[in-house]
Amino acid sequence: MLNLTIDGKKVEAEPGWTLLDTARQNGIEIPTLCYHEAVEPFGACRLCVVEVKIGAGSRLMASCVYPAEEGLEVQTKSERVMNVRRWILEMLLSECPASAEVRELAAEYGVTSTRFEVKNPEQECILCGLCVRACAQVVGAKAISTVGRGAGKQIGAPYLVPGEDCIACGSCVTVCPTGAMRERFYKVRGVPPVVMARSSK
Amino acid sequence: MQEEAKELTVSRLGSVEELEQLRDDLIAADDPDAPMIIVCHGTGCRASNSSGVAEAFKAALKEAGEDIKVMPGIKTTGCHGMCSRGPLVLIKPQNISYEQVKPEDAEEIIEKTIKAGEVVERLLYAHPQTGEKLVKNEDIPFYAGQHRIVMNNIGKIDPTDIRDALKVGSYAGAARALLQMTPDEVVEEIKASGLRGRGGAGFPTGFKWSLAAKHKGGDKYVLCNCDEGDPGAFMDGAVMEGDPHAVVEGMIIGGYAIGATEGYAYVRTEYPLAIKHLGIALEEARAYGLLGENILGSGFSFDIQINRGAGAFVCGEETALMRSVEGKVGEPTPRPPYPSDKGLFGKPSVLNNVETWANVSRILKNGFEWFTAVGTEKSPGTKVFALVGKVNNVGLVEVPMGTSLREIVMGVGGGVPGSDHFKAVQTGGPSGGCISWDKADTPVDFDSLTAMGSMMGSGGMIVMDDRDCMVDVAKFFLGFLEEESCGKCFPCRLGVPRLREMLKRFSRGEGTVEDIDELYSMAEAIKDGSLCALGGTAPNSVLSTLRYFRDEYEAHIVEHRCPAGVCKDLITYRIDPEACTGCRACARACPQDAISGEKKEPHVIDESLCIRCGMCMESCKFGAVQVF
Repeated sequence: MLNLTIDGKKVEAEPGWTLLDTARQNGIEIPTLCYHEAVEPFGACRLCVVEVKIGAGSRLMASCVYPAEEGLEVQTKSERVMNVRRWILEMLLSECPASAEVRELAAEYGVTSTRFEVKNPEQECILCGLCVRACAQVVGAKAISTVGRGAGKQIGAPYLVPGEDCIACGSCVTVCPTGAMRERFYKVRGVPPVVMARSSK
Repeated sequence: MQEEAKELTVSRLGSVEELEQLRDDLIAADDPDAPMIIVCHGTGCRASNSSGVAEAFKAALKEAGEDIKVMPGIKTTGCHGMCSRGPLVLIKPQNISYEQVKPEDAEEIIEKTIKAGEVVERLLYAHPQTGEKLVKNEDIPFYAGQHRIVMNNIGKIDPTDIRDALKVGSYAGAARALLQMTPDEVVEEIKASGLRGRGGAGFPTGFKWSLAAKHKGGDKYVLCNCDEGDPGAFMDGAVMEGDPHAVVEGMIIGGYAIGATEGYAYVRTEYPLAIKHLGIALEEARAYGLLGENILGSGFSFDIQINRGAGAFVCGEETALMRSVEGKVGEPTPRPPYPSDKGLFGKPSVLNNVETWANVSRILKNGFEWFTAVGTEKSPGTKVFALVGKVNNVGLVEVPMGTSLREIVMGVGGGVPGSDHFKAVQTGGPSGGCISWDKADTPVDFDSLTAMGSMMGSGGMIVMDDRDCMVDVAKFFLGFLEEESCGKCFPCRLGVPRLREMLKRFSRGEGTVEDIDELYSMAEAIKDGSLCALGGTAPNSVLSTLRYFRDEYEAHIVEHRCPAGVCKDLITYRIDPEACTGCRACARACPQDAISGEKKEPHVIDESLCIRCGMCMESCKFGAVQVF
């Protein structure tokens, strides 16, 4: 067992655990949006960052990927950490205003409004990538991916062309933290042929 | 033009002795006093038709025929450095340096210089302050003020002929490492040299190597980062184009040191010449047995593969680069695990920048003490900079670490056109920051620049004057990063566009001083939270310009004024009726037909039609158009 300190509390970790595993096993809460036990951690949402003492200073690391080590000193609610979380949540409120889950989590951190412009009031997809990872790592179908780069990124079938790889298992909808994947399903799968035959009459 | 690999009827060099014998033979067959016309074929000079100049010389020499006692050779080389004055031509053995040479000039140069030994005055470099014509590179402060160890061969050798590289000592360092030292000793040599990564972060190279070397056995890899994405940076491109063997040799040494038999050179697709020249260099090195099985009889086998980038700045980040080589989407992955433990294909890997690899080959050739004799204690050696912007001598310069900004810009750079000072120097590309004139004596090394709120970065150095707006500069870099963000992590994908939006509002004269305070808090969140250094350093351009030019931001926000006369929503173009001669040059240039007036009478700009393009100001020969 590894011994480390989280928020001043001495905790134990099994070798191979991440800081997130260690915290959660010890009843210490850390928020996440892009984490799911069924898939490999991704380190994308950055809500799970914690402040780790390194040398004379400290750095913020994503706890979902950072391995627990002997003697680590970790803060899960330091000022720097809370600053990161609040700003991410406020930006998410403007980016994905339709998501109730984002609103709830933001409210937990005291973020109930956003100063940023809302460009798409119906957006629910937070681009956490859980759907992509579930499809690739759990199901093995690899039918969807993130398409594009940066602010224009979206989830879809490769080249945004509905394909045959999707087996309609619904795993992506299950892991989606918001309601977004439901809407994307037909985009990825394509409209079922039965419906097309009817409309061609 | 000998661009393709020559028909090399060579046999593989089986030992250091054979390598040195070949080197000696090549040098002995060479006459250093032989007349030579060297035409720069770096990308910049090529764009100004230096290949046309070389062809013209060939044709003119053929014409001249028996008139010339000793026929000069023609050599095409990589970048000489003074890129804004190309095409550059160097006449040997006198070392006469000509600039802005056109194909039509070839005949005159052959008549006057080659035949009669005279100088063609109009093609000489003129000192920007005194106007004095300078004949030799050694006399020109641009060259005299440099200390070239990375670029020492560029401009002297034909990069597509390995024999030129061998003549100037290439592969001597690799031979020493492979045949006279153990891998651990090589790591120690690099550690002792104090070499720090030249890609931007300045991480101690020897230490990085030791982390990978400590894994015993199994596959390992060395990689070269030639993705060079910073706007305005072209140092690595010039090295790869002008002396690719410097990098190949460095990677052989690195592979040997950490126990890797395979190397990957990741070159951005936007550098086709670098890819071509590196490809030729690899083929030639293999033909001579300097790459491949049992190099020089050392028992060490090593080879390099070229991978091309595909237009993503983010692939210059080491983990994204490795994912790209693996065939995955070029997005960074979290560290830890660090590449020295789990890198390319999950194996221990060392990635270094082009300039770092070039330094490695020099250090092994000359020894670490030779390297530490130059530069500063914590930043030994030199740094190559792409000196651009409002500076007289635009081009590539290599100076010892610790040289001050003032010496670089006002000395080597030849000063700022029309001024005796600069407003700011931007270093470090989009991740860096601006340093103001009152800090001109700042020594340029890793730690000093970081302490000033900027960073060394890969070597981009943009000189700015009073017509450059610092708010606009920050907005430009944020725009670049917004485009290039991979979009994986939330702080960068969501935060950079919002930071940019704030800058856009400032440049329109909107916003409040309170917005600036909020900006600091948001900037901290983006810096602390981002997955990689693209997001992590994105706020730097704003933070550093705020640090030194806060009054300029407040002029925009509070006074709705852009002091530099740049931000379109805040400026007005006006014609001074006292200076206007009514020549109508501006009226003809105006794309909006916004200027009216009688011939020979002062003209007027209709502000409601004006789009602030500045064409009127550019076309006016009387300085009558002013911007407020």
